[in-house]
Amino acid sequence: MMSTDKNAGNVPEKKEKKKMGMKAKSRLSNTIIYVVLVLISIVWLTPFVCIVLQSFRTESTWMVGYVIPQKWGLDNYIKLFDSDFVRWYKNTFLIAVVVAVVNPIMVLCMSYTLSRFRFKMRKALMKFMLVLGLFPGILGMIILYRILKDLGLTQEHAVPGLILVYCASAGMGYYISKGFFDTIPMSLDESAKIDGANRLQIFIKIIMPLAKPIVIYTILTAFLGPWGDFMFAKYISFGNPKGMNVAVGLASWLTPDQIDVKYTMFCAGGVLVAIPVTLLFLFLQRYYVEGITGGSVKG
Amino acid sequence: MGRRKKENQPASDLFHKAGFIESFVKGDIWTKLSFVILGLGCFVRRQIARGLFLLAFEALFIWYMISNGSYWLSMMPSLGKQGPTKEMVEVLDEMVETTTYHDNSFQILLYSILTLFLIAAFIMTMMTSVKMSYDAQHKLESGKKINFFKDDIRSLVDESFYKTLLSLPMIGITLFTFLPMVFMILIAFTNYDGTHDGFANNLFTWVGLQNFETMFSSSGGSGSYFRIFMGMLGWTIVWAFLATFTNYILGILVAMMINKKGIKFKKMWRTILVMTIAIPQFISLLYVSKMFSKTGIINGLLVNTLGWLKTPYDFFGTPLSARIMVVVLNIWIGIPYLVLIATGILMNIPQDLYEASRIDGANPFQQFRYITMPYMLFVTAPYLLTSFTGNMNNFNVIYLLTGGGPINTNASSAAGSVGHTDLLITWVFKIAQGTDSLYYMASVIGIAIFVIVSIITLSIYNRLGSNKNEGDMA
Repeated sequence: MMSTDKNAGNVPEKKEKKKMGMKAKSRLSNTIIYVVLVLISIVWLTPFVCIVLQSFRTESTWMVGYVIPQKWGLDNYIKLFDSDFVRWYKNTFLIAVVVAVVNPIMVLCMSYTLSRFRFKMRKALMKFMLVLGLFPGILGMIILYRILKDLGLTQEHAVPGLILVYCASAGMGYYISKGFFDTIPMSLDESAKIDGANRLQIFIKIIMPLAKPIVIYTILTAFLGPWGDFMFAKYISFGNPKGMNVAVGLASWLTPDQIDVKYTMFCAGGVLVAIPVTLLFLFLQRYYVEGITGGSVKG
Repeated sequence: MGRRKKENQPASDLFHKAGFIESFVKGDIWTKLSFVILGLGCFVRRQIARGLFLLAFEALFIWYMISNGSYWLSMMPSLGKQGPTKEMVEVLDEMVETTTYHDNSFQILLYSILTLFLIAAFIMTMMTSVKMSYDAQHKLESGKKINFFKDDIRSLVDESFYKTLLSLPMIGITLFTFLPMVFMILIAFTNYDGTHDGFANNLFTWVGLQNFETMFSSSGGSGSYFRIFMGMLGWTIVWAFLATFTNYILGILVAMMINKKGIKFKKMWRTILVMTIAIPQFISLLYVSKMFSKTGIINGLLVNTLGWLKTPYDFFGTPLSARIMVVVLNIWIGIPYLVLIATGILMNIPQDLYEASRIDGANPFQQFRYITMPYMLFVTAPYLLTSFTGNMNNFNVIYLLTGGGPINTNASSAAGSVGHTDLLITWVFKIAQGTDSLYYMASVIGIAIFVIVSIITLSIYNRLGSNKNEGDMA
């Protein structure tokens, strides 16, 4: 964020020969843009404001057609702590932490290799992973469920099963960090080699410190993934509340037979999930933006 | 385990590495025998560790094949001979039906695939064994040093470091992505479904191309798989196109507005949008779908507060409005990402292009059309491609917003209920999860999707300019 703003400031100012008409015109267009931006912000923020407000509504628990609660209170939050939500939260947190450690290791190994080494099967490997990634994951999930079930890692014990699924194929998401490694000059590697370093030392001592932004990006996305994953978690927990993550658990409160009792609790749960994730995100936003733009700018 | 050369050797020697056939033909008797007795050539050249490793692998392989592998392979053609049997047993003066389970088709198929993988790995190792042996033979003949155990270990953190790095991710991908894919493709040639689950009810078995015939025969009128498939393919492509390009163009426009000179609080505008990325998608999707439901806030606002409508409007009620809703709500979800991506790229467009065009009298629209868009398109072409195919398989948005509804009553006979906003991928899921769990049909359609998406991707991917200039440093 910071760096992009700085860049914008560096743009040379236009020559001061503008006519008065031009200035008025640009003031008008700026005003229009402000109006549009304000409208956009309202549209984008409304759902979240609504969710927060509804989580404090205590006069009823079902869906209503108004936003501002008539009676305010913390009832929904208090009820959350007596429900399965605590368990879901713990599950999700545990999964997210483990995945945030293992997943980046897989991704970095893969992307560093594809960026830095030239070996016989390299192009073929990249094509293979490209095609593999196009296979509908939902179908693979059906098989994985049966395999994990044989291993006893579903339903109540879905947490280790989910960790396994999230981490095992992580290497396929090498694309963005490979783009980043590609931008680090090869001459660094070569001079280190002349100084007698082997590839392992180059990887750990030279490249890794330079790759800090992409490492943080990878950890951040790996940590955030499990909080939002719905399909795999739903399938592998298979309706057993003990093995659910927050997404599956909270979604189960919106089924027709639950929604009238649990709707405001869903909102409160949503807020409790969103707060840590949003804070973390805002805190590390710079790395996220760098990662997501770095990858695409490289192309 | 490959043989690597020392840096100080002549360049011509560096790149010559004999292939399997050359090695086998030119090799001496030890090299030739290495094909059958793995590692023999290594033992002869006193590369003991290498030889032991190869021999141990062979021993393990043979042991596995005798103890397990041959059984799985022998069962593979039938996928199990005896299903569960039921019999009446007397328990405490009462006749109780008990079931005895025998073969398990699912396990048989799974383990026979794994065994085939292992056999492929073994054949590759046999070839490697010959190549290694010839390599050592060739080097000794020309008076060069060969690698011993210590050199091999050192090589794994140096020249062959990539093998070390790749091993873990590749094992994961093979077992958790490749294996399920092969399995699922094979399911298309069986009758695996809810009543033939391969263990508890009936075994399943190979049925040849029968499922593909069901898929492509147009008998059954509007309820046939083929007709539904074609109709849904049309909507899937329209959806992918709309979802990709509405997000893309609007995202760029918003990014340009935020980045325009003279606009203040750039950071704040962006942060507002970025915040919506941070909030897990399932919360926003589920919540927004509830906002627009009949009893939701939007209808409350339109009916009660503003009084514009007399009765609540069902946004997801008719096919057209439901389709419009998913596209619009997808814009809401997608734009923040695009704004981030576009911001980075817009910064990179050389400003003198705009200066020059202004001197030539170009208006802002022309600048957008002839400078911004071509530049963006060039740089983001790979992104556009992946997001198009991603949208074709965008399960979450459809599943969480509409669940595929409203139900299409014309097209709901063959494969359970089908909705107007269903994409092929959500349809596949419905088929697999429906009352009959027709896994084999899910697999057939899955393969069809896979083929279509692969053709689109591969035919475009190779032509992308921004893909070609990947630095090829050797």
